[in-house]
Amino acid sequence: MNTLLNAVAALGRGALSACEATGRVTLFAVLGLSHILRPPFYGRAFGRAMLEIGYLSLPVVALTAVFTGMVLALQSSTGLSRFAVESAIPSLVVLSITRELGPVLGGLMVAGRVGAAMAAEIGTMRVTDQIDALTTLSTNPLKYLVAPRLLAGIIALPLLVVVADILGVMGGFIIGVAKLGFNPYIYLQNTFNALYAEDVISGLVKASVFGFVITLMGCYHGYHSRGGAQGVGAATTAAVVTSSVLILALDYVLTELFFTK
Amino acid sequence: MSDTPKIRLRGVTKRFGDKLVLDGIDLDVAPQTSMVVIGGSGSGKSVLLKCILGLIAPDSGTIEIDGQDVLRMPHKARDAARARIGMLFQNGALFDSISVAENVAFGLLAQKKATRAEARIRAEEVLAQVGLAASVGDLAPAELSGGMQKRVALARAIAASPDILFFDEPTTGLDPIMGAVIDGLITEQVKRMGSTAIAITHDMASARRIGDRAAMIHKGRIVWEGPAESLMDSGNPMVDQFTHGRRDGPIQMELRR
Repeated sequence: MNTLLNAVAALGRGALSACEATGRVTLFAVLGLSHILRPPFYGRAFGRAMLEIGYLSLPVVALTAVFTGMVLALQSSTGLSRFAVESAIPSLVVLSITRELGPVLGGLMVAGRVGAAMAAEIGTMRVTDQIDALTTLSTNPLKYLVAPRLLAGIIALPLLVVVADILGVMGGFIIGVAKLGFNPYIYLQNTFNALYAEDVISGLVKASVFGFVITLMGCYHGYHSRGGAQGVGAATTAAVVTSSVLILALDYVLTELFFTK
Repeated sequence: MSDTPKIRLRGVTKRFGDKLVLDGIDLDVAPQTSMVVIGGSGSGKSVLLKCILGLIAPDSGTIEIDGQDVLRMPHKARDAARARIGMLFQNGALFDSISVAENVAFGLLAQKKATRAEARIRAEEVLAQVGLAASVGDLAPAELSGGMQKRVALARAIAASPDILFFDEPTTGLDPIMGAVIDGLITEQVKRMGSTAIAITHDMASARRIGDRAAMIHKGRIVWEGPAESLMDSGNPMVDQFTHGRRDGPIQMELRR
């Protein structure tokens, strides 16, 4: 009987703390977003965040996209050749990349690169009193540290995904033409025939949401880190894990919203 | 000396979970004087400063600056009251992503008291006041030695000419000569600006150099208050034990043996 009660109590505690954490994150997100709209604006902090999230993530996102496109073409050719529909390869590649793999894999790569760095930087600022120092110097840390990063995440990720879409299709094109014997014209024609604006747009909307989630988790965990180097390490891990899981979960939710009618 | 104290605390209490950190602190600091607060590690000294700064909200009690209760002010007025406080953090807390000059000018720019060009000139002036060359302004904080970082942090705290200054262990981690230099700079700047200061320290030499008055906190309460010169011969057994660093006395370290 006692064991049963303990188990129920543990479940209840877990549920309560999950609700509490969700509430705290939501409040943090609302505050951070509201500071994007209210002056003063920190243009230089925003520029730095754009550089960090957008420009410096280009190589890793580009490589991911090219290889994903190549693998997609290769794998689908073995599968589709059984049904003698190899001609579907270009459309399969372009739809998979623009709808799913561009935003999701790009998001995951950026979560590992930027989310971790953000949590570590803000976490170190927290444990070395720099965040308190901001407050004593008449600067709201949410406005100075969090809002520019959230905005940069929302804007930079779609831009990265545009690049990833193009390079992903290019990866498929390379394999299609060089290895699977496609005529280059026909490959591109098939690609563009299969593609509609909503495929790309839905991917970019996803990317924007993922950019928000990545920066939110990086800022939130960094901002609330405690207890020196170990605390900052834990914050970094938590930022990457929570943002990765949220990306995959939200990807499902958004796909439901966009494509099931 | 006017009658209203610059800073007046009454019954300030703060609890973290089960731990009572501040247990009804009463403290008055007269205008243009320096108060030194001593006390063992974990006695609540830093929390006290953070309560006055508004970084931590106390559970009960009142905190008055110039006779105005800052805890019950509207937001804007409270921010304005707090903009007049400069704080030197224990480890400097310099922003490591921006240059030394930008650190020093940070408060001026945030309060819109200066344009970028004016702030740069003011930063160089203030750096000179703490004995640093203008060329230091272009360095990153990580490139400086501990003593220089403390001086930059002091420069940042005084840049906006605040009328209240807080120092959290200004000489901890410095060699005795650099400690004396920092103390000299602190007293010089406090006198020059006519500021009111509260300094936390473990360093008795530093306490007597900086302070006009001194108070000792133990277990979240003020157990003694008096002139800073009398710290070494206060006649209070707790203060005597602390200032002379004796192992035996009324303060028992909570050690497990």
